[in-house]
Amino acid sequence: MGQQKLYDDIPGTIVFDSDQAAKGYQLNQFCISLRLAPNREAFKENPESYIDQFPMTPEQREAALNQQWNRLLELGGNIYYTSKLAAYHGINFQELAGLMTGKGSTAYREMMVAGGRPIDGNRYKSEWEDK
Amino acid sequence: MAHISSGVACSHVPALGVASDTGISGDDYYGPIFKGFEFSKQWMEQEKPDLIFLVYNDHCTAFDARIIPTFALGCASEYAPADEGWGPRPVPVVKGHPELSAHIAQSLVLDSFDITIMNEMEVDHGLTVPLTMMFGQPDQWPCPVVPLAVNVVQYPAPLGSRCYALGKAIRKAIESYPEDLKVCVFGTGGMSHQLQHERAGLINSAWDERFMNLLVNDPDQGSMIEHIEYLREAGSEGIELVMWYVMRGALNRNVEEIHRFYHVPASNTAVGHMILENRP
Repeated sequence: MGQQKLYDDIPGTIVFDSDQAAKGYQLNQFCISLRLAPNREAFKENPESYIDQFPMTPEQREAALNQQWNRLLELGGNIYYTSKLAAYHGINFQELAGLMTGKGSTAYREMMVAGGRPIDGNRYKSEWEDK
Repeated sequence: MAHISSGVACSHVPALGVASDTGISGDDYYGPIFKGFEFSKQWMEQEKPDLIFLVYNDHCTAFDARIIPTFALGCASEYAPADEGWGPRPVPVVKGHPELSAHIAQSLVLDSFDITIMNEMEVDHGLTVPLTMMFGQPDQWPCPVVPLAVNVVQYPAPLGSRCYALGKAIRKAIESYPEDLKVCVFGTGGMSHQLQHERAGLINSAWDERFMNLLVNDPDQGSMIEHIEYLREAGSEGIELVMWYVMRGALNRNVEEIHRFYHVPASNTAVGHMILENRP
């Protein structure tokens, strides 16, 4: 924990490593539970009592209930898990990416059709400092 | 004896499965992608493998955060398409080959690859989308499949060099199986893409091209690509390209590239696809 990692200087990226996985276990298990229809029903009926089956931190709970997608990743969520929570809300993978980048779905989709986010200028955090 | 004749590399973008299942694979957005696989479907009809050994990753479907095997070999007689949150894909159940799987499992462990054995497993888009891209929409998949699930969700994925060595061990296992089987090996996933946080949407076509060239011509060097390079250059989810090296390891040093297709985008991802045939 706390040690410098090679990938810490990649901008706009949370690598889901063992530290993040340990932090996010209950959060991710909550998200993945929504893969199954009966669980989605139960969550819909009473979000607070459903989510309380998963003993996560108050910050994680709040981020999950308020759909704070980037915050969820920072708090230990993994995208393959949080995307199930997004799907519950009717948000598909590309729309979710649009939200996380802050571009919104239309501009994000246009960026992808135009070839995606270029690698130049997006390798190191230092390149984002002026943004 | 069983032998390996060819390898297929193929992205497994879930949106391609949705496009096929909902009948929009010919539209302006998806049409060009499916067109890139028309040759592949014809090639498959000629190639007619008796079995596919398919390397893919599960997306928290068969394995959620409770259990994360680095390498898990399917040993079941069949694998049902899983419900990933919107109902199972309407595609045929995937038939297995439990006898060959058991043989491979034993051979791998004795060859120092301590894999996990899965006697029951549902399969998600990671496995079924490549079958759709290569076979279209048949009533039954034309041959059995032996699946190998690789953890690429929780960092670290296995090293490229380890995947490459595993591919060689899989080849040894297959070639020591007495039944006369022609095997095609699939390596799936990729290419460059990042699905998460503010850098989502990253595409690095120049890197992808270099990756494909190395895979064909200099896999010894390509398999040494380090994790940090995948993460930085190909995106946090692009690291799943290590799985292509399991496929490559199972082939001869000398292969002929029969087909290559590359397209941006499918949803958030660069689609890459190659067909490699073994040459002496």
